[in-house]
Amino acid sequence: MAEIPEDEYLLKCTTACAGCSSALALRYVLKAAGPDTVLVVPACCTSILQGIYPNTAFAVPVYNIAFAAAAACASGMSEAFASAGKKTKVIVYAGDGGTVDIGIQALSGALERGTDFLYICYDNEAYGNTGMQRSGSTPIGARTTTTPGGKTDAKKDIDRIVAAHNIPYQATASAAHPKDLFEKVRTALATPGPSFIHLLTPCPPGWRIPSDMSVTVGKMAVKTGIWVLWERKYGELTINGASRAVMKKRLPLKEYLSLQGRFKGITEKQVNELEQQVEKNLARLAKEEAGEC
Amino acid sequence: MYEIRIHSRGGQGGVTAARLIAMAAFLDKKHATAAPFYGAERRGAPVVSFVRIDDHKIKIYSQIRSPDLIVVLDASIMEAVDLLHGMKPGGRVLINSPHPIDLPGADVITIDLTGIALSVDLVVAGSPILNTPVIGAIAKMGIITHESALAAIRDMFTDERNVKAALAAYEELKL
Amino acid sequence: MLTVATGNKAVAAAVKAAKPAVVAAYPITPQTEVVEQIAEYVTSGEMDARYIPVESEHSAMTACIGASITGVRSFTATSSHGLLYMHEMLHWAAGARLPIVMANINRSLGPGWNVWAEHTDAFSQRDTGWLQFFVGDVQEAYDTTLMAFRIAENNNILLPVMVNLDGFLLSHIMQSLETVEPGDYIPPLHLPHRIDPENPAGYGVLTGPTDHFRFRWEMERAMRNAPAVIRDAEEEFFRQFGRRYGPTEEYRCEDAEVVVVALGTLGKEAEVAVDILRDAGIKAGSMRIRWFRPFPDLDIGDRDLVVLDRGYSFGFGGVLSSEIRSKYPGASIYSVVAGLGGQEVTYDDIAGFVRDRRMGEEFWFGVDA
Repeated sequence: MAEIPEDEYLLKCTTACAGCSSALALRYVLKAAGPDTVLVVPACCTSILQGIYPNTAFAVPVYNIAFAAAAACASGMSEAFASAGKKTKVIVYAGDGGTVDIGIQALSGALERGTDFLYICYDNEAYGNTGMQRSGSTPIGARTTTTPGGKTDAKKDIDRIVAAHNIPYQATASAAHPKDLFEKVRTALATPGPSFIHLLTPCPPGWRIPSDMSVTVGKMAVKTGIWVLWERKYGELTINGASRAVMKKRLPLKEYLSLQGRFKGITEKQVNELEQQVEKNLARLAKEEAGEC
Repeated sequence: MYEIRIHSRGGQGGVTAARLIAMAAFLDKKHATAAPFYGAERRGAPVVSFVRIDDHKIKIYSQIRSPDLIVVLDASIMEAVDLLHGMKPGGRVLINSPHPIDLPGADVITIDLTGIALSVDLVVAGSPILNTPVIGAIAKMGIITHESALAAIRDMFTDERNVKAALAAYEELKL
Repeated sequence: MLTVATGNKAVAAAVKAAKPAVVAAYPITPQTEVVEQIAEYVTSGEMDARYIPVESEHSAMTACIGASITGVRSFTATSSHGLLYMHEMLHWAAGARLPIVMANINRSLGPGWNVWAEHTDAFSQRDTGWLQFFVGDVQEAYDTTLMAFRIAENNNILLPVMVNLDGFLLSHIMQSLETVEPGDYIPPLHLPHRIDPENPAGYGVLTGPTDHFRFRWEMERAMRNAPAVIRDAEEEFFRQFGRRYGPTEEYRCEDAEVVVVALGTLGKEAEVAVDILRDAGIKAGSMRIRWFRPFPDLDIGDRDLVVLDRGYSFGFGGVLSSEIRSKYPGASIYSVVAGLGGQEVTYDDIAGFVRDRRMGEEFWFGVDA
């Protein structure tokens, strides 16, 4: 495992919420990427946590772009760098709303065209920047400001949608597992063509947890199996790190759900549905890793 | 016109406090407006809210430049902002603090809103709720009536601990 | 019922009272409270509407179009980039002659990201065939939203209506509000061209050069019917609910020698400036324009107009000033470009613009001396 560099690219005085695990994760993403990097950021929390003009808290170039457009922007940028013979890395750092909902068209196009870039979707399972409205990535039973009674639709499976594009490298990651994230970003950037990393980033205001609980909740997501750490290299699946043990034995979902105010009022039926989804997903992943499907 | 500027951090309910005061003033048959000024609205970031109370219709939308009352829900804000900026001569400052605070040139009143909230277990996601007890303090200062303050709180919140906290603040505030 | 509410919540309350069948919702600051409040109403059962949490604004307007053409009432709300993202579908909604009502919370455009009040977003939709109103306080936001449904659905119009509220300044300010039971003020919707399998028709089919212009003329014909329909709606609103509205709201204009002209909350703040100026012996008045499309007749006379332009057409000029000048070529206008991106403009600033006016010129507040 590579040494994590000391250099910081996410400087102090971001305007992130206290306890923001996305800012935590981005710090490691940028350490893995190094200075010859452009971050492409659509409307999302990251747009705002850079700080307000005339300052920025990021020590790499950041191109802020419209909500629907991150992957298309990255596409243009990547082609342009290539035409100039430059090796500058293009990394999209986008929220779940800008990936799974309004950004999905541009993402699909960029993947289908084999764009040489890394797309990281940091997922706090709601439209965080605008005050926690539901997104396609919000799980069933979660309260958001537009699902005050709890979301009744399941979380959109962006990973399988991306997988259908047959890209060279795809992975899941977690803000609570920074070394795993660091390695995956390194691998992604060393792989030519499109890479996609789906990163779970617990969000104190959105998930209604105390500001010092983001990492604990993130670890619990993995321990209960609702979030699985894996990577697919040229279609070959490997379950990673902390999730290896979870594939054999996992904690009940209640251990994860009960930590969060957004699941207050979730029905038994919804919990069971989530448990079933988790089991189904683990079974599918196990089969795929074993080469059985 | 009576103008109030409320300083808080995102997530502490400063905007709601402004709305509660406006609602109480409205119930007192006055004209009132309440507005936040949003910077980056992040949990923990400094937030400013405004309240105007008048006997006549209020047609002003621009920010309050010379407040009669400055309210501080989080004393640590004072290191980050120019707290007394624009304060009217003779203006008052109400600060959430367990001990007295001295600000030259200002008539400061302190009250331990955090302590009051904790004493009635008015805590959400680990944070004490400050916006309802502060309404009790503001009522004691005579800006809104006691009855309207409680009515406004009950209109917005079902949890009676909010009313308990406001009553405790009302009792505790020494003018 | 008498209560207090923010501009956003007032719009949501009016939508609830209007009883749409379908609401499409996509969040964007500073509109979010509108769609969040409606979500609460629907979840609690206070509102019986199908709530579609779409994945983008383009889809929000398209979903409204799909709903509306079946003959039911629909609503959405947006702001700024969201409005621009649905731009082609605004043209579509108007061309399809659908009485969709939309609240637009005026916000500036990036880059850089700026969430504060500016009118450029609404101005950029000027030519789409939508009716547009600009409101100045919470009560008016509520009342105008109710009126919008009645106006849009009038069979002599059948064009969509946009109600504009200044971002944060009006969307987030809490003021008093009287809600009403509209009853027959908003009659049931009868859409003559609604989808009917018993009378099948092709909608929006390929239309050649010999015919397309006729449909465009029909849209303009509806726009020309609009002033009479709007006046009637305003008259009836006054009769039933006691509040009077018109194409403009004028304050102390009767003997004014100089009039401040503005849209939205600046038009209210201007009244405070007018009082200050009057106390100093200047015969000032203010004219807050409410109808933007159709653009109304204005009682200008030969007075000096200090026009507050909260939106600009690069390479041409302040949009409101340009609209007035285009309709009244002889008008004496001092165009003050102010308030862009939420730039703070106080009643003292407005009084200053009047005192220092240079007729025929343009003044960029904060840039020019």
